[in-house]
Amino acid sequence: MTLTEILFYTFSAVLIVAAVGVITARNPVHAALFLVLAFCNSAVLWLLMEAEFLAIVLVLVYVGAVMVLFLFVVMMLDINIAQMREGFTRYAPLGIIVALLVIAEIASVVWVKRLGLEEAAPAVFAAGPDYSNTRALGELLYSKYLYPFELAAMLLLLAIVAAITLTMRRRRGAKQQDVAAQVAVRPQDRVRLVKMQPEK
Amino acid sequence: MSPEFAASWLGDSWPQWLQATVLYGVIAVVLFISIILMMAFLTLIERRVIGSIQARIGPNRVGFNGIGQPFADVLKLLVKEIIIPANASKLLFIVAPLLALVPALCTWAVVPFAPGFTIADVNAGLLYILALTSAGVYGVILAGWSANSKYAFLGAMRAAAQMVAYEIAMGFALVGVVMAAGSLNLGEIIEAQRGGPLSYFFWWLIPLFVVYFISGIAETNRAPFDVVEGESEIVAGFHVEYSGMAFAVFFVAEYVNMILISALTSIFFFGGWLSPFEGYPLPSWLAWLGAPSFIWLFVKVWFFLFCFLWFRATFPRYRYDQIMRLGWKVFIPVTLVWIFVEGLLWYFKIGPWAGA
Repeated sequence: MTLTEILFYTFSAVLIVAAVGVITARNPVHAALFLVLAFCNSAVLWLLMEAEFLAIVLVLVYVGAVMVLFLFVVMMLDINIAQMREGFTRYAPLGIIVALLVIAEIASVVWVKRLGLEEAAPAVFAAGPDYSNTRALGELLYSKYLYPFELAAMLLLLAIVAAITLTMRRRRGAKQQDVAAQVAVRPQDRVRLVKMQPEK
Repeated sequence: MSPEFAASWLGDSWPQWLQATVLYGVIAVVLFISIILMMAFLTLIERRVIGSIQARIGPNRVGFNGIGQPFADVLKLLVKEIIIPANASKLLFIVAPLLALVPALCTWAVVPFAPGFTIADVNAGLLYILALTSAGVYGVILAGWSANSKYAFLGAMRAAAQMVAYEIAMGFALVGVVMAAGSLNLGEIIEAQRGGPLSYFFWWLIPLFVVYFISGIAETNRAPFDVVEGESEIVAGFHVEYSGMAFAVFFVAEYVNMILISALTSIFFFGGWLSPFEGYPLPSWLAWLGAPSFIWLFVKVWFFLFCFLWFRATFPRYRYDQIMRLGWKVFIPVTLVWIFVEGLLWYFKIGPWAGA
Protein backbone atom coordinates (compact mmCIF):
# COMPACT_ATOMS: atom_id res chain seq x y z
CA MET A 1 0.00 0.00 0.00
CA THR A 2 1.18 3.50 -0.75
CA LEU A 3 0.98 6.30 1.78
CA THR A 4 -2.00 7.76 -0.06
CA GLU A 5 -3.90 4.48 0.21
CA ILE A 6 -3.13 4.14 3.91
CA LEU A 7 -4.37 7.68 4.48
CA PHE A 8 -7.45 7.06 2.36
CA TYR A 9 -8.49 3.93 4.24
CA THR A 10 -7.77 5.45 7.65
CA PHE A 11 -9.81 8.56 7.03
CA SER A 12 -12.60 6.65 5.28
CA ALA A 13 -12.85 4.32 8.29
CA VAL A 14 -13.10 7.28 10.67
CA LEU A 15 -15.62 8.89 8.32
CA ILE A 16 -17.85 5.82 8.38
CA VAL A 17 -17.58 5.48 12.16
CA ALA A 18 -18.48 9.16 12.52
CA ALA A 19 -21.42 8.82 10.12
CA VAL A 20 -22.75 5.86 12.11
CA GLY A 21 -22.22 7.90 15.25
CA VAL A 22 -24.40 10.70 13.89
CA ILE A 23 -27.46 8.46 13.78
CA THR A 24 -26.74 6.30 16.84
CA ALA A 25 -25.60 8.92 19.36
CA ARG A 26 -28.27 9.47 22.00
CA ASN A 27 -27.25 13.00 22.83
CA PRO A 28 -28.03 15.39 19.95
CA VAL A 29 -24.94 17.47 20.75
CA HIS A 30 -22.76 14.38 20.40
CA ALA A 31 -24.54 13.58 17.11
CA ALA A 32 -23.80 17.08 15.81
CA LEU A 33 -20.14 16.70 16.82
CA PHE A 34 -19.94 13.36 15.00
CA LEU A 35 -21.24 15.19 11.95
CA VAL A 36 -18.43 17.74 12.32
CA LEU A 37 -15.94 14.86 12.47
CA ALA A 38 -17.50 13.36 9.35
CA PHE A 39 -17.16 16.69 7.50
CA CYS A 40 -13.51 17.02 8.49
CA ASN A 41 -12.74 13.50 7.30
CA SER A 42 -14.49 13.95 3.97
CA ALA A 43 -12.51 17.19 3.57
CA VAL A 44 -9.33 15.13 3.98
CA LEU A 45 -10.58 12.66 1.36
CA TRP A 46 -11.06 15.56 -1.04
CA LEU A 47 -7.56 16.78 -0.25
CA LEU A 48 -6.26 13.35 -1.25
CA MET A 49 -8.00 13.84 -4.61
CA GLU A 50 -6.16 17.20 -5.02
CA ALA A 51 -9.41 19.14 -4.67
CA GLU A 52 -7.98 21.47 -2.04
CA PHE A 53 -10.43 24.29 -2.71
CA LEU A 54 -13.49 22.11 -2.15
CA ALA A 55 -11.91 20.52 0.92
CA ILE A 56 -11.11 23.83 2.58
CA VAL A 57 -14.47 25.33 1.66
CA LEU A 58 -16.20 22.29 3.16
CA VAL A 59 -14.42 22.95 6.45
CA LEU A 60 -14.92 26.70 6.20
CA VAL A 61 -18.64 26.64 5.40
CA TYR A 62 -19.95 23.49 7.04
CA VAL A 63 -17.64 23.07 10.02
CA GLY A 64 -16.97 26.75 10.60
CA ALA A 65 -20.41 28.23 10.09
CA VAL A 66 -23.30 25.82 9.52
CA MET A 67 -22.45 23.35 12.28
CA VAL A 68 -21.70 26.14 14.76
CA LEU A 69 -25.21 27.48 14.27
CA PHE A 70 -26.54 23.91 14.39
CA LEU A 71 -24.81 23.31 17.73
CA PHE A 72 -26.05 26.69 18.88
CA VAL A 73 -29.64 25.53 18.39
CA VAL A 74 -29.18 21.91 19.46
CA MET A 75 -27.51 22.89 22.72
CA MET A 76 -30.49 24.97 23.73
CA LEU A 77 -33.04 22.25 23.02
CA ASP A 78 -34.43 20.37 25.95
CA ILE A 79 -34.97 17.04 24.27
CA ASN A 80 -37.03 14.28 25.76
CA ILE A 81 -35.60 11.09 24.28
CA ALA A 82 -38.65 8.96 25.05
CA GLN A 83 -40.84 11.42 23.19
CA MET A 84 -38.51 11.33 20.21
CA ARG A 85 -38.65 7.55 20.05
CA GLU A 86 -42.47 7.55 19.92
CA GLY A 87 -42.90 8.02 16.18
CA PHE A 88 -40.13 5.57 15.27
CA THR A 89 -42.30 2.70 13.97
CA ARG A 90 -44.70 5.06 12.24
CA TYR A 91 -41.97 6.78 10.22
CA ALA A 92 -39.78 3.72 9.72
CA PRO A 93 -41.23 2.73 6.27
CA LEU A 94 -40.69 6.24 4.92
CA GLY A 95 -37.18 6.27 6.33
CA ILE A 96 -36.37 2.93 4.71
CA ILE A 97 -37.62 4.17 1.33
CA VAL A 98 -35.43 7.29 1.57
CA ALA A 99 -32.43 5.20 2.59
CA LEU A 100 -32.95 2.82 -0.33
CA LEU A 101 -33.22 5.76 -2.73
CA VAL A 102 -29.94 7.20 -1.48
CA ILE A 103 -28.22 3.81 -1.77
CA ALA A 104 -29.56 3.46 -5.33
CA GLU A 105 -28.22 6.91 -6.21
CA ILE A 106 -24.77 6.15 -4.83
CA ALA A 107 -24.72 2.81 -6.57
CA SER A 108 -25.67 4.43 -9.85
CA VAL A 109 -22.80 6.91 -9.48
CA VAL A 110 -20.39 4.05 -8.86
CA TRP A 111 -21.81 2.27 -11.89
CA VAL A 112 -21.48 5.36 -14.06
CA LYS A 113 -17.84 5.57 -13.03
CA ARG A 114 -17.35 2.13 -14.52
CA LEU A 115 -18.43 3.49 -17.89
CA GLY A 116 -14.95 4.83 -18.44
CA LEU A 117 -15.33 8.38 -17.18
CA GLU A 118 -11.91 8.30 -15.55
CA GLU A 119 -10.33 7.68 -18.92
CA ALA A 120 -12.29 10.60 -20.31
CA ALA A 121 -10.89 12.97 -17.69
CA PRO A 122 -7.32 11.88 -16.99
CA ALA A 123 -6.05 15.47 -16.89
CA VAL A 124 -7.68 16.10 -13.53
CA PHE A 125 -5.67 13.45 -11.76
CA ALA A 126 -2.39 14.07 -13.51
CA ALA A 127 -1.91 17.61 -12.27
CA GLY A 128 1.57 18.99 -11.69
CA PRO A 129 2.75 20.70 -8.50
CA ASP A 130 1.97 24.15 -9.90
CA TYR A 131 -1.62 23.22 -10.65
CA SER A 132 -4.02 25.35 -8.64
CA ASN A 133 -7.39 23.78 -8.11
CA THR A 134 -8.77 27.11 -6.92
CA ARG A 135 -7.69 28.94 -10.06
CA ALA A 136 -9.08 26.21 -12.33
CA LEU A 137 -12.43 26.27 -10.54
CA GLY A 138 -12.55 30.05 -10.66
CA GLU A 139 -11.79 30.15 -14.38
CA LEU A 140 -14.53 27.65 -15.14
CA LEU A 141 -17.12 29.25 -12.85
CA TYR A 142 -16.59 32.75 -14.20
CA SER A 143 -16.35 31.86 -17.87
CA LYS A 144 -18.02 28.68 -19.02
CA TYR A 145 -20.55 28.38 -16.22
CA LEU A 146 -21.05 32.10 -15.56
CA TYR A 147 -24.84 32.15 -16.04
CA PRO A 148 -25.63 29.03 -13.98
CA PHE A 149 -23.30 30.39 -11.30
CA GLU A 150 -24.98 33.79 -11.20
CA LEU A 151 -28.40 32.14 -11.23
CA ALA A 152 -27.44 30.04 -8.23
CA ALA A 153 -26.18 33.17 -6.48
CA MET A 154 -29.46 34.97 -7.20
CA LEU A 155 -31.42 32.00 -5.87
CA LEU A 156 -29.40 32.03 -2.66
CA LEU A 157 -29.88 35.78 -2.27
CA LEU A 158 -33.61 35.32 -2.82
CA ALA A 159 -33.68 32.59 -0.19
CA ILE A 160 -31.89 34.85 2.30
CA VAL A 161 -34.29 37.73 1.69
CA ALA A 162 -37.30 35.40 1.87
CA ALA A 163 -36.11 33.81 5.10
CA ILE A 164 -35.57 37.19 6.72
CA THR A 165 -38.92 38.62 5.62
CA LEU A 166 -40.73 35.46 6.78
CA THR A 167 -39.23 35.52 10.26
CA MET A 168 -38.97 39.23 10.91
CA ARG A 169 -41.89 40.54 12.90
CA ARG A 170 -42.17 44.06 14.14
CA ARG A 171 -43.95 44.14 17.44
CA ARG A 172 -46.03 47.19 18.10
CA GLY A 173 -44.64 49.38 20.80
CA ALA A 174 -41.28 47.61 20.91
CA LYS A 175 -38.54 49.99 21.94
CA GLN A 176 -35.63 50.32 19.55
CA GLN A 177 -32.42 52.22 19.58
CA ASP A 178 -31.81 54.90 17.04
CA VAL A 179 -28.04 54.88 16.92
CA ALA A 180 -27.80 57.93 14.67
CA ALA A 181 -29.82 59.94 17.17
CA GLN A 182 -27.64 58.66 20.01
CA VAL A 183 -24.47 59.66 18.26
CA ALA A 184 -25.86 63.08 17.37
CA VAL A 185 -26.58 63.93 20.99
CA ARG A 186 -24.89 67.06 22.31
CA PRO A 187 -24.12 67.70 25.95
CA GLN A 188 -26.41 70.75 25.89
CA ASP A 189 -29.43 68.49 25.23
CA ARG A 190 -28.79 66.31 28.22
CA VAL A 191 -27.05 68.30 30.89
CA ARG A 192 -28.23 71.60 32.27
CA LEU A 193 -25.54 73.46 34.12
CA VAL A 194 -27.01 75.53 36.89
CA LYS A 195 -25.02 78.19 38.59
CA MET A 196 -25.95 78.32 42.24
CA GLN A 197 -24.95 80.83 44.80
CA PRO A 198 -23.38 79.19 47.85
CA GLU A 199 -25.81 79.15 50.74
CA LYS A 200 -25.02 81.16 53.79
CA MET B 1 11.05 25.18 1.96
CA SER B 2 12.24 22.51 -0.38
CA PRO B 3 13.65 18.97 -0.25
CA GLU B 4 16.94 20.33 -1.60
CA PHE B 5 17.21 22.53 1.48
CA ALA B 6 16.69 19.47 3.69
CA ALA B 7 19.34 17.56 1.76
CA SER B 8 21.88 20.35 2.20
CA TRP B 9 21.46 20.16 5.96
CA LEU B 10 21.20 16.46 6.59
CA GLY B 11 23.35 15.04 3.82
CA ASP B 12 22.33 12.59 1.11
CA SER B 13 22.68 9.40 3.11
CA TRP B 14 19.21 9.69 4.63
CA PRO B 15 16.12 8.67 2.67
CA GLN B 16 14.23 11.69 1.41
CA TRP B 17 11.00 11.16 3.35
CA LEU B 18 12.97 10.86 6.60
CA GLN B 19 14.88 14.05 5.83
CA ALA B 20 11.66 15.93 5.21
CA THR B 21 10.02 14.54 8.35
CA VAL B 22 12.99 15.38 10.57
CA LEU B 23 13.45 18.82 9.08
CA TYR B 24 9.80 19.84 9.32
CA GLY B 25 9.52 18.27 12.74
CA VAL B 26 12.45 20.30 14.07
CA ILE B 27 11.15 23.50 12.46
CA ALA B 28 7.67 22.92 13.86
CA VAL B 29 8.99 22.33 17.38
CA VAL B 30 11.24 25.41 17.24
CA LEU B 31 8.33 27.48 15.94
CA PHE B 32 6.00 26.11 18.61
CA ILE B 33 8.43 26.96 21.40
CA SER B 34 9.11 30.45 20.07
CA ILE B 35 5.38 31.20 19.73
CA ILE B 36 4.70 29.94 23.25
CA LEU B 37 7.59 32.05 24.59
CA MET B 38 6.31 35.07 22.71
CA MET B 39 2.87 34.43 24.17
CA ALA B 40 4.31 34.12 27.69
CA PHE B 41 6.10 37.45 27.44
CA LEU B 42 3.03 39.00 25.84
CA THR B 43 1.12 38.32 29.07
CA LEU B 44 3.83 40.11 31.04
CA ILE B 45 4.04 42.99 28.58
CA GLU B 46 0.27 43.27 28.61
CA ARG B 47 0.21 43.72 32.37
CA ARG B 48 3.09 46.18 32.34
CA VAL B 49 1.70 48.22 29.42
CA ILE B 50 -1.82 48.40 30.83
CA GLY B 51 -0.30 49.17 34.19
CA SER B 52 1.59 52.12 32.80
CA ILE B 53 -1.49 53.33 30.87
CA GLN B 54 -3.44 53.24 34.12
CA ALA B 55 -0.61 54.92 36.03
CA ARG B 56 0.37 51.91 38.14
CA ILE B 57 3.45 49.70 38.05
CA GLY B 58 2.29 46.20 37.22
CA PRO B 59 4.16 43.00 38.12
CA ASN B 60 7.85 43.83 38.70
CA ARG B 61 8.87 41.49 41.54
CA VAL B 62 9.87 38.21 39.85
CA GLY B 63 13.31 38.61 38.35
CA PHE B 64 14.58 41.80 36.74
CA ASN B 65 11.57 44.08 36.12
CA GLY B 66 9.20 41.11 36.44
CA ILE B 67 10.78 39.13 33.62
CA GLY B 68 10.22 35.87 35.48
CA GLN B 69 6.50 36.55 36.01
CA PRO B 70 5.22 34.36 33.12
CA PHE B 71 7.20 31.39 34.43
CA ALA B 72 5.92 31.95 37.95
CA ASP B 73 2.37 32.01 36.56
CA VAL B 74 2.91 28.78 34.63
CA LEU B 75 4.35 27.10 37.73
CA LYS B 76 1.36 28.19 39.76
CA LEU B 77 -1.12 26.90 37.17
CA LEU B 78 0.79 23.62 36.81
CA VAL B 79 0.51 22.70 40.46
CA LYS B 80 -3.17 23.61 40.73
CA GLU B 81 -5.76 20.87 40.65
CA ILE B 82 -7.92 20.47 37.54
CA ILE B 83 -11.47 20.22 38.80
CA ILE B 84 -14.02 18.47 36.61
CA PRO B 85 -17.51 19.53 37.70
CA ALA B 86 -20.10 16.89 38.60
CA ASN B 87 -22.48 16.12 35.70
CA ALA B 88 -20.03 17.61 33.24
CA SER B 89 -19.58 15.86 29.91
CA LYS B 90 -16.10 14.62 30.86
CA LEU B 91 -14.57 13.84 27.48
CA LEU B 92 -15.75 17.07 25.87
CA PHE B 93 -14.73 19.02 28.96
CA ILE B 94 -11.14 17.83 28.53
CA VAL B 95 -11.09 18.00 24.72
CA ALA B 96 -12.52 21.55 24.53
CA PRO B 97 -9.31 23.42 25.53
CA LEU B 98 -7.37 21.39 22.97
CA LEU B 99 -9.92 22.23 20.28
CA ALA B 100 -9.30 25.89 21.06
CA LEU B 101 -5.50 25.61 20.98
CA VAL B 102 -4.83 23.23 18.09
CA PRO B 103 -6.39 25.32 15.26
CA ALA B 104 -4.62 28.41 16.66
CA LEU B 105 -1.25 26.65 16.35
CA CYS B 106 -1.99 24.83 13.07
CA THR B 107 -2.61 28.12 11.27
CA TRP B 108 1.07 29.07 11.67
CA ALA B 109 1.96 26.41 9.10
CA VAL B 110 1.15 28.72 6.19
CA VAL B 111 2.44 31.99 7.65
CA PRO B 112 5.54 33.26 5.80
CA PHE B 113 8.12 34.42 8.35
CA ALA B 114 10.89 35.52 6.02
CA PRO B 115 11.44 35.50 2.24
CA GLY B 116 11.02 31.87 1.18
CA PHE B 117 10.51 30.58 4.70
CA THR B 118 7.08 29.01 5.13
CA ILE B 119 6.51 25.59 6.63
CA ALA B 120 3.83 24.74 4.08
CA ASP B 121 3.73 26.97 1.00
CA VAL B 122 0.10 26.18 0.20
CA ASN B 123 -1.61 27.64 -2.85
CA ALA B 124 -4.87 28.22 -1.00
CA GLY B 125 -3.12 29.44 2.16
CA LEU B 126 -5.57 32.22 2.85
CA LEU B 127 -8.55 29.84 2.64
CA TYR B 128 -6.74 27.46 4.97
CA ILE B 129 -6.36 30.25 7.52
CA LEU B 130 -10.03 31.19 7.24
CA ALA B 131 -11.09 27.56 7.67
CA LEU B 132 -8.92 26.98 10.73
CA THR B 133 -9.79 30.23 12.48
CA SER B 134 -13.46 29.43 12.00
CA ALA B 135 -12.90 26.00 13.56
CA GLY B 136 -11.44 27.63 16.67
CA VAL B 137 -14.91 28.54 17.93
CA TYR B 138 -15.62 24.89 18.79
CA GLY B 139 -13.32 24.97 21.78
CA VAL B 140 -15.26 27.86 23.26
CA ILE B 141 -18.72 26.43 22.51
CA LEU B 142 -17.91 22.97 23.80
CA ALA B 143 -16.24 24.33 26.92
CA GLY B 144 -19.39 26.26 27.70
CA TRP B 145 -21.73 23.39 27.02
CA SER B 146 -19.81 20.51 28.58
CA ALA B 147 -19.26 22.26 31.92
CA ASN B 148 -23.00 22.01 32.67
CA SER B 149 -23.05 25.50 34.11
CA LYS B 150 -25.41 28.34 33.22
CA TYR B 151 -22.73 31.02 33.22
CA ALA B 152 -20.41 28.99 31.02
CA PHE B 153 -23.28 28.19 28.67
CA LEU B 154 -24.30 31.82 28.31
CA GLY B 155 -20.69 32.67 27.52
CA ALA B 156 -20.55 29.94 24.88
CA MET B 157 -23.75 31.18 23.22
CA ARG B 158 -22.40 34.72 23.07
CA ALA B 159 -19.13 33.43 21.66
CA ALA B 160 -20.83 31.43 18.93
CA ALA B 161 -22.98 34.34 17.76
CA GLN B 162 -20.14 36.84 17.93
CA MET B 163 -17.52 34.74 16.19
CA VAL B 164 -19.83 33.67 13.36
CA ALA B 165 -20.86 37.31 12.79
CA TYR B 166 -17.33 38.68 12.64
CA GLU B 167 -15.96 35.82 10.56
CA ILE B 168 -18.13 36.97 7.67
CA ALA B 169 -16.77 40.52 7.82
CA MET B 170 -13.25 39.12 8.09
CA GLY B 171 -13.77 36.87 5.08
CA PHE B 172 -15.09 39.74 2.98
CA ALA B 173 -12.17 41.95 4.01
CA LEU B 174 -9.81 39.21 2.83
CA VAL B 175 -11.68 38.98 -0.50
CA GLY B 176 -10.49 42.56 -1.04
CA VAL B 177 -6.91 41.53 -0.24
CA VAL B 178 -7.12 38.62 -2.67
CA MET B 179 -8.47 40.95 -5.37
CA ALA B 180 -5.52 43.28 -4.85
CA ALA B 181 -2.89 40.51 -4.78
CA GLY B 182 -4.41 38.16 -7.33
CA SER B 183 -3.41 35.15 -5.26
CA LEU B 184 -4.46 33.12 -2.23
CA ASN B 185 -0.85 32.28 -1.38
CA LEU B 186 0.43 34.37 1.54
CA GLY B 187 3.95 34.65 0.12
CA GLU B 188 2.58 35.97 -3.17
CA ILE B 189 0.33 38.41 -1.31
CA ILE B 190 3.45 39.87 0.31
CA GLU B 191 5.35 39.90 -3.00
CA ALA B 192 2.48 41.88 -4.53
CA GLN B 193 3.17 44.67 -2.00
CA ARG B 194 6.81 45.11 -2.99
CA GLY B 195 8.10 48.61 -3.74
CA GLY B 196 8.31 50.57 -0.50
CA PRO B 197 5.72 51.39 2.14
CA LEU B 198 3.57 53.34 -0.32
CA SER B 199 2.70 50.18 -2.21
CA TYR B 200 1.38 48.35 0.84
CA PHE B 201 -2.25 47.34 0.45
CA PHE B 202 -3.07 49.43 3.50
CA TRP B 203 -3.39 52.64 1.46
CA TRP B 204 -5.92 51.34 -1.00
CA LEU B 205 -7.74 49.07 1.41
CA ILE B 206 -8.00 51.29 4.49
CA PRO B 207 -11.67 50.42 5.17
CA LEU B 208 -10.90 46.72 4.80
CA PHE B 209 -7.90 47.05 7.11
CA VAL B 210 -10.03 48.71 9.79
CA VAL B 211 -12.74 46.06 9.42
CA TYR B 212 -10.22 43.22 9.45
CA PHE B 213 -8.31 44.35 12.51
CA ILE B 214 -11.41 45.17 14.57
CA SER B 215 -13.01 41.87 13.53
CA GLY B 216 -9.77 40.21 14.56
CA ILE B 217 -10.11 41.71 18.02
CA ALA B 218 -13.70 40.46 18.15
CA GLU B 219 -12.64 37.01 16.91
CA THR B 220 -10.11 36.64 19.70
CA ASN B 221 -12.73 37.83 22.23
CA ARG B 222 -10.50 40.59 23.48
CA ALA B 223 -11.65 43.82 25.07
CA PRO B 224 -13.73 45.77 24.08
CA PHE B 225 -15.45 42.71 22.57
CA ASP B 226 -15.01 40.41 25.57
CA VAL B 227 -18.67 39.93 26.50
CA VAL B 228 -17.85 36.23 26.11
CA GLU B 229 -15.96 36.49 29.39
CA GLY B 230 -18.02 39.36 30.76
CA GLU B 231 -16.75 39.28 34.35
CA SER B 232 -19.46 41.58 35.63
CA GLU B 233 -22.39 39.52 34.31
CA ILE B 234 -21.32 35.93 33.73
CA VAL B 235 -18.26 35.69 35.99
CA ALA B 236 -15.73 34.43 33.43
CA GLY B 237 -17.97 33.09 30.69
CA PHE B 238 -17.11 29.84 28.96
CA HIS B 239 -14.07 28.98 31.09
CA VAL B 240 -15.60 29.68 34.50
CA GLU B 241 -15.41 25.97 35.46
CA TYR B 242 -11.84 25.45 34.29
CA SER B 243 -8.89 25.50 36.64
CA GLY B 244 -5.16 24.87 36.54
CA MET B 245 -3.60 23.90 33.21
CA ALA B 246 -6.98 23.35 31.52
CA PHE B 247 -7.66 27.04 32.01
CA ALA B 248 -4.10 27.87 30.99
CA VAL B 249 -4.63 26.15 27.64
CA PHE B 250 -7.55 28.49 26.87
CA PHE B 251 -5.38 31.38 27.94
CA VAL B 252 -2.57 30.26 25.63
CA ALA B 253 -5.03 29.82 22.75
CA GLU B 254 -6.34 33.37 23.19
CA TYR B 255 -2.86 34.90 23.17
CA VAL B 256 -1.61 32.74 20.29
CA ASN B 257 -4.66 33.92 18.34
CA MET B 258 -3.78 37.52 19.16
CA ILE B 259 -0.27 37.03 17.80
CA LEU B 260 -1.72 35.31 14.76
CA ILE B 261 -4.17 38.13 13.99
CA SER B 262 -1.34 40.66 14.36
CA ALA B 263 0.87 38.64 12.02
CA LEU B 264 -1.91 38.26 9.44
CA THR B 265 -2.80 41.95 9.59
CA SER B 266 0.81 42.89 8.93
CA ILE B 267 1.05 40.34 6.12
CA PHE B 268 -2.19 41.32 4.39
CA PHE B 269 -2.01 45.09 4.75
CA PHE B 270 1.55 46.06 5.72
CA GLY B 271 3.76 43.89 3.56
CA GLY B 272 4.72 41.26 6.15
CA TRP B 273 8.49 40.77 6.01
CA LEU B 274 9.03 43.57 3.47
CA SER B 275 11.16 46.43 4.72
CA PRO B 276 9.53 49.84 5.15
CA PHE B 277 12.80 51.42 3.96
CA GLU B 278 12.74 49.53 0.69
CA GLY B 279 13.41 51.71 -2.32
CA TYR B 280 14.90 54.59 -0.31
CA PRO B 281 18.59 55.44 -0.76
CA LEU B 282 20.44 54.16 2.30
CA PRO B 283 24.15 54.41 3.15
CA SER B 284 25.93 51.10 2.61
CA TRP B 285 26.31 50.33 6.33
CA LEU B 286 22.53 50.61 6.67
CA ALA B 287 21.76 48.54 3.59
CA TRP B 288 20.38 45.71 5.75
CA LEU B 289 17.54 48.04 6.75
CA GLY B 290 16.27 48.00 3.19
CA ALA B 291 16.37 44.22 2.82
CA PRO B 292 13.25 42.16 3.52
CA SER B 293 13.72 40.05 6.62
CA PHE B 294 12.05 38.45 9.60
CA ILE B 295 12.81 41.53 11.73
CA TRP B 296 10.25 43.64 9.91
CA LEU B 297 7.49 41.10 10.42
CA PHE B 298 8.46 40.93 14.09
CA VAL B 299 8.33 44.72 14.49
CA LYS B 300 4.97 44.97 12.73
CA VAL B 301 3.51 42.10 14.78
CA TRP B 302 4.54 43.78 18.02
CA PHE B 303 3.04 47.05 16.89
CA PHE B 304 -0.36 45.39 16.39
CA LEU B 305 -0.02 43.46 19.64
CA PHE B 306 0.56 46.79 21.34
CA CYS B 307 -2.65 48.05 19.69
CA PHE B 308 -4.51 45.07 21.21
CA LEU B 309 -3.32 46.10 24.67
CA TRP B 310 -3.89 49.77 23.99
CA PHE B 311 -7.52 49.15 22.98
CA ARG B 312 -8.07 46.99 26.02
CA ALA B 313 -6.90 49.77 28.32
CA THR B 314 -8.79 52.48 26.45
CA PHE B 315 -12.28 51.35 25.49
CA PRO B 316 -15.20 50.31 27.70
CA ARG B 317 -16.80 46.97 26.90
CA TYR B 318 -19.38 46.91 24.11
CA ARG B 319 -22.93 45.95 24.93
CA TYR B 320 -24.01 42.70 23.27
CA ASP B 321 -26.56 44.23 20.85
CA GLN B 322 -24.02 46.89 19.87
CA ILE B 323 -21.54 44.16 18.98
CA MET B 324 -24.09 42.45 16.76
CA ARG B 325 -25.05 45.73 15.12
CA LEU B 326 -21.43 46.62 14.40
CA GLY B 327 -20.71 43.20 12.90
CA TRP B 328 -23.76 42.72 10.74
CA LYS B 329 -24.97 46.22 9.92
CA VAL B 330 -21.74 48.21 9.69
CA PHE B 331 -18.80 45.97 8.82
CA ILE B 332 -20.42 43.72 6.24
CA PRO B 333 -21.90 46.61 4.19
CA VAL B 334 -18.59 48.50 4.41
CA THR B 335 -16.65 45.54 3.05
CA LEU B 336 -19.21 44.88 0.31
CA VAL B 337 -19.07 48.51 -0.84
CA TRP B 338 -15.29 48.53 -0.82
CA ILE B 339 -15.08 45.32 -2.82
CA PHE B 340 -17.26 47.04 -5.42
CA VAL B 341 -15.02 50.12 -5.33
CA GLU B 342 -12.01 47.86 -5.82
CA GLY B 343 -13.70 46.33 -8.82
CA LEU B 344 -14.14 49.81 -10.31
CA LEU B 345 -10.51 50.71 -9.54
CA TRP B 346 -9.40 47.54 -11.28
CA TYR B 347 -11.65 48.23 -14.27
CA PHE B 348 -10.36 51.77 -14.73
CA LYS B 349 -6.77 50.72 -13.90
CA ILE B 350 -6.27 53.09 -10.98
CA GLY B 351 -3.83 52.68 -8.10
CA PRO B 352 -2.15 49.27 -7.63
CA TRP B 353 -3.82 48.02 -10.79
CA ALA B 354 -2.36 50.73 -13.01
CA GLY B 355 0.16 48.38 -14.57
CA ALA B 356 -2.12 45.35 -14.72
